[in-house]
Amino acid sequence: MDSCEKKHGMNKGFILILLMVLCIASFFISIGNGAVKISPKEIVDAVFFEKDTINYQVIWNVRLPRTIVAGLVGICLSLSGAILQGIMRNPLAGPNIIGVSSGGGLMALTILILFPEFYYLVPVGAFIGSLLATLFIYCLAWKDGVLPTRLILAGVAVSSLLNSGINALMTFFPDKVAGVIGFMVGGLSATTWSQVKLLFPYAVVGVFLVMLLPNKLNILMLGDEVATGLGLNVEKTRFSFIVLSSLFAGSAVSVVGLLGFVGLIVPHMTRLFIGSDYRYLFPGCIFFGSSVVILCDTLARVLFAPMEIPVGIIMSALGAPFFLYLLRKKESV
Amino acid sequence: MMGIKVEDLYVNYGDKEVIKGVNFQIEDGYVVTIIGPNGSGKSTILKAISRCLKPVKGKVYLDDENIYTINTKKVAQKLAILPQVKNVSSDVVVEELVSYGRYPHLGFGKKLKKEDLEIVDWAIEKTGLKDLRKRFVSTLSGGERQRAWIAMSLAQKPKILLLDEPTTFLDISYQLEVLELIKELNETLNLTVVMVLHDLNQAARYSDEIFVINDGKLSKSGCPKDIISTSLLRDVFRIKADIYEDSINNCPYFIPKKIDKIVN
Repeated sequence: MDSCEKKHGMNKGFILILLMVLCIASFFISIGNGAVKISPKEIVDAVFFEKDTINYQVIWNVRLPRTIVAGLVGICLSLSGAILQGIMRNPLAGPNIIGVSSGGGLMALTILILFPEFYYLVPVGAFIGSLLATLFIYCLAWKDGVLPTRLILAGVAVSSLLNSGINALMTFFPDKVAGVIGFMVGGLSATTWSQVKLLFPYAVVGVFLVMLLPNKLNILMLGDEVATGLGLNVEKTRFSFIVLSSLFAGSAVSVVGLLGFVGLIVPHMTRLFIGSDYRYLFPGCIFFGSSVVILCDTLARVLFAPMEIPVGIIMSALGAPFFLYLLRKKESV
Repeated sequence: MMGIKVEDLYVNYGDKEVIKGVNFQIEDGYVVTIIGPNGSGKSTILKAISRCLKPVKGKVYLDDENIYTINTKKVAQKLAILPQVKNVSSDVVVEELVSYGRYPHLGFGKKLKKEDLEIVDWAIEKTGLKDLRKRFVSTLSGGERQRAWIAMSLAQKPKILLLDEPTTFLDISYQLEVLELIKELNETLNLTVVMVLHDLNQAARYSDEIFVINDGKLSKSGCPKDIISTSLLRDVFRIKADIYEDSINNCPYFIPKKIDKIVN
């Protein structure tokens, strides 16, 4: 047992490097595959040296923004989920629990179905919707402080309320449902540089916070009372983390639609690889989260080419069984 | 005054009044045990002192400063708490858990310096966990695990340690192990200890002073010899008991005989 535990500690840095390699590899796989196959060498040539080839056009205008958005979405959602699972000390917590999907979804669908002429407001609307739903849930759970269980229950209740709104909209306007399916399952088709610009600030802030905050989460994991005893302001920390993860997940949802599954499952998978210490878990989630979304999106484009499947379907179809496999293999978690 | 002072404390759980006006002070270097029947509010008092529960009324002072207005990290540098409900991920090793005790002392970067690591080593040594420092906390026995948590509190370098039922769920040998450790820390480090215990004989043996809480009020306080009496056991705990003198440990002990039926 002792030697196994030592190995465990030493491996973490190595696993992190592996995940980083996976991230870089998936970047090249994603850019190289599609209607035109491009080799890694051609990718480097096209990005840095040749400016007027077809490869350059394909990569620069279509594949690069799409791959970057996929990566950023993966980062935002998995960080969001990792934070929420930590502050609620509950493995089922994810962006969906704090109303990101239902709040963002209802707002986006309201715009798409009732005010289609304002379709360009969908990202902003989804973002605001997610944040409002989160704050609403937080206020409902507040009673001399917020307990994780109460927050989760309030989240489940509010989410089903908002989801009934979504379903009502789809029932009353069946003719417009086809147009919103893409948003509902989450997809990355027709991504451009403007979406990269939208997501980039959040991802940068995310990576920056990863350097600063893991200790607070490690402490919070020990329990509210222990954390208080160690001089952590539990209420304040929990609130700021909830807002932070809502911002992360909301920004991702606003760009690609309801892809909340990533936020639930990637942090778990990363935890199975690298353990629950947030100093490793955060960077692990950044690398693995982006790899997962990038690779799934590549599959979504290539698998039934020229037809494209929404990435959310691939993600769930592959992610869930793989996750179950990991869960069975590693009994200790 | 150096130490803890509780002034006119009222604490509620929701709408229910649990603590109804308690006053006491605890001077540095003492081992104080709070006893009382279930639901009397003894743990609640500890939670109020450890700022996990906000009082409705009244104040708690730590070295003459109001505990709710000073920076919580400053409090944590002097006062460590070991609650009943603790949580640790299955892959946290002992030395990692102990190092979390340095949290209130760390600067902005939250990096452990050489000095912090030395304190972690010292806390591990003090609690006899040297051979177990690389083990997962989740794989330790109950007594070892409790020692690991105490080591974390020690790494905080507090002068006061609050423990909420530190022996609950431990079998008798682990109970003694933990209480002996607490006593030793009190003697060698002059650590002030305030704890809640259920076992009155253990309270009598290991404390300098005992506070008896009954129905949200401090009904009696003093040294074990004055506290453990047939009248207290009858009035507060509702049992009939014979009291003896433990000449080896120089403390009173009692053997419960039967429940004293409440006659209305």
